[in-house]
Amino acid sequence: MSRRVRGDREEADLPVDPDVDLRHAPDPFRTPAPPARGRTWDVLAVIALGGGAGAVARYLVGQAFPGPPTGFPWGTFLINVTGCFALGLLMVFVLDVWPPSRYVRPFFGVGVLGGFTTFSTFSVEIVDRVSHGAGVVAGAYAAASLVAGLVAVWCGIVLARTLAGLPVRRGGRKGE
Amino acid sequence: MTLLLVFLGGIVGAPARYLLDRLVQRLHDSVFPWGTLSVNLSGAFVLGLLFGAHDHLGLPTAMLTLLGTGFCGAFTTFSTFGFETVRLLEEGSVLEAGLNALGSLVFGVLAAAAGFALAALLA
Repeated sequence: MSRRVRGDREEADLPVDPDVDLRHAPDPFRTPAPPARGRTWDVLAVIALGGGAGAVARYLVGQAFPGPPTGFPWGTFLINVTGCFALGLLMVFVLDVWPPSRYVRPFFGVGVLGGFTTFSTFSVEIVDRVSHGAGVVAGAYAAASLVAGLVAVWCGIVLARTLAGLPVRRGGRKGE
Repeated sequence: MTLLLVFLGGIVGAPARYLLDRLVQRLHDSVFPWGTLSVNLSGAFVLGLLFGAHDHLGLPTAMLTLLGTGFCGAFTTFSTFGFETVRLLEEGSVLEAGLNALGSLVFGVLAAAAGFALAALLA
């Protein structure tokens, strides 16, 4: 998968889109590998299994936090924030620590965590609160999910880099 | 039974996300995560439509569980959205990160509301 090289911003450590760039490309000047055709069925199967497992886990957590349509959706909130933390943690290990693997990232990253966390339920829950006159709850839920989700990803990345003995800060500027 | 429906929906939703994400991202040679945005907005619209169809058109609860909780839930993703936004921030693409976060939120809510409204119109 090709990514645009933008001045000194390009870095090969972590691709921006973990669902797309399954192959780690250490050399930014390397010609992007053509998509492997006909050999992706096994990866799709692994993603499917992980996605099914993640969806069931999400359903079970959701059942543990029932609430009225005007209340704060704690179930989805906790699902999305913990999923963000886990993906941040996982991506550092998959890309920078563990040896390359064909199935680890499709199963855990794209499958389990992608299937566990959800953007559609998040959006519908906001609409549901607004339509029930709970606009303040909807706004608080939206803002809290965004902020906590991004902070959780960052905490996962920092924890993984610390555990792996990697430098924690890795900005896009050269010389850092 | 419910668990099986959720599992079956998830089995289809996650690979569908992977394929659509990859297809869209291939069309846009950009740092902006168009793939995940497409997945999340279309999934939010469909889930709104399904809830609307459940409320107004008598869609069975089992279908809502299979297609909504299972498929749409696994099709869309919050973790990848969060990860991509943090990566954009870390790379210094602050504008793209802000547009991705706010654009996903605003258009996701609008897409879900549009799906719900469409089902109500059809009733």
